[in-house]
Amino acid sequence: MSAERERREILIATIADLLEGIRHVAVGASSPIPAAGAMLLRARSELGGRPPVRISILGSQAHNFFTNGGIELFDCAAQGRVDAFFLGGGQIDGHGNINLVGTGDYPTGSVRWPGSFGSAYLYHLIPRVILFREEHSPRVFVPKVDFVSARAMTPEVPRRGGPHALLTNMALFDFDREAGGFALRSVHPPFTPADIRENTGFAYQEPEVVRETRRPDAATLALLRGRVFDELAETYPAFARTMKWAA
Amino acid sequence: MTEIVALEALAARVAPGQSLAIPVDGSGVAMAATAALLETGIRDLKLICVPISGLQADLLIGAGSVASLETSAVSLGEAGGAPRFTAGVKSGAFAMRDSTCPAIFAGLLAAQKGVPFMPIAGIIGSDLLNVRPDWQVIDSPVGEARKVVVVPAISPDVALFHAPEADRAGNVRIGRHRELADLAYASKRTLVTVERIVDRNLLDSEDSAAGVLPSLYVDAIAVAERGAWPLALWDEYPADEAEIARYAAMARSEDGFRAYLSAFLTHRKQVA
Repeated sequence: MSAERERREILIATIADLLEGIRHVAVGASSPIPAAGAMLLRARSELGGRPPVRISILGSQAHNFFTNGGIELFDCAAQGRVDAFFLGGGQIDGHGNINLVGTGDYPTGSVRWPGSFGSAYLYHLIPRVILFREEHSPRVFVPKVDFVSARAMTPEVPRRGGPHALLTNMALFDFDREAGGFALRSVHPPFTPADIRENTGFAYQEPEVVRETRRPDAATLALLRGRVFDELAETYPAFARTMKWAA
Repeated sequence: MTEIVALEALAARVAPGQSLAIPVDGSGVAMAATAALLETGIRDLKLICVPISGLQADLLIGAGSVASLETSAVSLGEAGGAPRFTAGVKSGAFAMRDSTCPAIFAGLLAAQKGVPFMPIAGIIGSDLLNVRPDWQVIDSPVGEARKVVVVPAISPDVALFHAPEADRAGNVRIGRHRELADLAYASKRTLVTVERIVDRNLLDSEDSAAGVLPSLYVDAIAVAERGAWPLALWDEYPADEAEIARYAAMARSEDGFRAYLSAFLTHRKQVA
């Protein structure tokens, strides 16, 4: 359990680092780790006397200030008032395109996932979209997705939104909008760059020396295991309980 | 005038072949009314999820009540994928109309404003445009010269949802869940179940009126205590996670689904 806890804590702390500098981050449904990352950033900014961070956690009452119904997140993004968001995908390809629909021939293909949610829209409008997918395998990270729920780059239309980074159980990649692809930034211990090559089905840039993903320091861990998991318990009681209990 | 009727009478107002709009889990899902609707043996519904659904859509699909499905996703959330939805898409049991959340809101907004379509940002580059021939990419006719997606108005025959309370005039308290108002504005008819009917007038004070859907938009109301169970109703009760997990496990097989459905309908009758 403690290895599992450490793995999650690295992901949460990395998400908080990726969000540094934003004013408002929204978190979609069923996303306890991104929600914890957003809460860690908010707590850290407050303690460091930096400008306040707003967070909107869908499905939460205490950590969500929207009053105009389900449409408000989307309107807010269109107005440029959401700086960061998280998207996942059953498949993600090397150009940053994501597939939340399924594999094989549409619609009756071999695997069907829930659907595109708001991705087709939000990917265009939110500047810092963090792709978060825990499973790091060649079946997830493919050369070309079978169905494009949301496309990362559309030169034919102006857009402010798109992928910023890709975070998995094994590694962190940056997305290079000029090159239109991913570049490996760091690998989470105990994995090696060779593990990443073996488990990634798309081509990406790899620096000569690959850093290890930074482990959260003692102050971050204290904040996480105290205030952050307490705040998280309102929306994700089971997840927060497991993390507190393990700590 | 808004009629206050029995739950069965409310469910009987949904006819085969109609389009039925339902809200996202946690917003106020009329599960008791869904049970009553399933009891009528309803078929051929054109189900519209605003903008996604979970257990409610999966039950209707599994029972064979759905001819077409417009949604941005169907998922049981923490309990995982929606088994009957997944099986139904793969077997072609209904016509699938994949969407994206804000496109469904935009379609409703067009109906709310009485116009045939609504422009919407983003979406360009998505394969959704290939599988939704009713969506178009146009050159913006005014303002900045650019491409923009337009989606047709969505005007459901019936909207169905659950809320904590209504007053005797048929005004319904929806709190901050404005998506329930969006549903009602766009729909030809709106059916609402509530935990209780209150004697006070919900439009009496500014504080209360701001969170109210006026009876103008509400055709019929029925009382259904714990009417969203096993889903959550805001400020009233949380989701029954164990029950939803039980459903997720049982509905993996057709037989398991039938057994769950039968028990679910019996349970609802006992509550009523």
